[in-house]
Amino acid sequence: MLSIQNYLRAESLDQAYQLNQNRRSHVLGGMLWLRQSDITVGTAIDLCDLGLDTIEETPEEYRIGATVPLRRLEHHPGIAALTGGAVEAALKDIVGVQFRNMATVGGSIWGRFGFSDVLTVLLAADCAVELYKGGRIPLETFAAMPYDRDILTHVVVKKTPGPMAYTAVRIARTDFPVLTCAASCLQGEYKVVIGARPGKAVVVRDERGLLKNGLTPESTKAFADYAAETVPTGSNSRGSAEYRTHLVRVLTQRMLCRLADKEG
Amino acid sequence: MEIKLQLNGRAVCVPDVAPDTTLYDFLRAQGCASVKCGCETSNCGLCTVFLDDVPVLSCSMLAARAAGHKVTTLEGLQAEAAEFVGFIADQGADQCGFCNPGFVMNTIALLRENPDPTDEEIKAYLSGNLCRCSGYEGQLRGIRRFLDSRKEVPHA
Repeated sequence: MLSIQNYLRAESLDQAYQLNQNRRSHVLGGMLWLRQSDITVGTAIDLCDLGLDTIEETPEEYRIGATVPLRRLEHHPGIAALTGGAVEAALKDIVGVQFRNMATVGGSIWGRFGFSDVLTVLLAADCAVELYKGGRIPLETFAAMPYDRDILTHVVVKKTPGPMAYTAVRIARTDFPVLTCAASCLQGEYKVVIGARPGKAVVVRDERGLLKNGLTPESTKAFADYAAETVPTGSNSRGSAEYRTHLVRVLTQRMLCRLADKEG
Repeated sequence: MEIKLQLNGRAVCVPDVAPDTTLYDFLRAQGCASVKCGCETSNCGLCTVFLDDVPVLSCSMLAARAAGHKVTTLEGLQAEAAEFVGFIADQGADQCGFCNPGFVMNTIALLRENPDPTDEEIKAYLSGNLCRCSGYEGQLRGIRRFLDSRKEVPHA
């Protein structure tokens, strides 16, 4: 059962950071995952008064505050246009509307959860995180970092052009995914991201040049085979490693074909 | 800690609230019996309330986080609910009825946001409200009948 001894609305990021150096402190996100925890939190630090609940747009990027709820990201017209609807596709089946009105972008990315639709789709975008002390770091780098006591303030999606696509397999509509798959081709670089393996999402690049002559039925199949060979999968109550590897192959090829359709 | 918020249009101030009190427990203590906790895993939608008119899960929000905001429960939305709950009841959707308050709250949120939803939009919006009796067909038919009734042109 979750127990919280003190609750504090931070008045500045510096105050939040200083408080968070105590190992018993915890920064609150949407609180949906934390609520399932059986821990005692000394001080729960709430960032809700720090103005991190907006999506700023510049000519180069979208800068998403850490406390922006998933549903606002899901319905953001600019991000929908940039990603060809991939972000909405990734978020729309996460539990329900009420849940997505609470779950935050910052909490979802900070958690680097194995089951995360959010991490999967944003790894396929040209994306970075901003940490209060650590500064701006590519999302892929951040995803591989160990948890520390810094504070994630923003998630940045750069307006790098190119098609994106997303899909996931779920046993039931709002359940955790059995496997997630995002694909993109940003400035000519193909990326396929596989999540819910059930481990944390991993990026597969075209290191063998399988797609160098474009997306054809043969090249997408070859890349899908390559992804199935290289992406580690495991078993849990939602699926076996063998089934997941089968899904890696099928979903990778489907998402690459969807990129081909979008490229026209 | 002291928590001040606006509950169903009236100012509420409660001293000595424990920091880990959920909004759900806070509202039950304020007499809002419509707000119930069904799953303990933030999945069932039964505890749905509005925070500044946005539907949220009160079981998963600290009361402290709601301080300073407007909170609305089904007790504060009786007239708006009365417009359509009869249509749902007419379809026999309410069997044990336990999920009903959460369904009604989220249906109000849906219709405020999208006054003329398609069946697929209704299903998508209400996917976070679980019912273990009915299979959802009765709720969907009831909402559809209500929407259709609003489009009927009255005879002169």
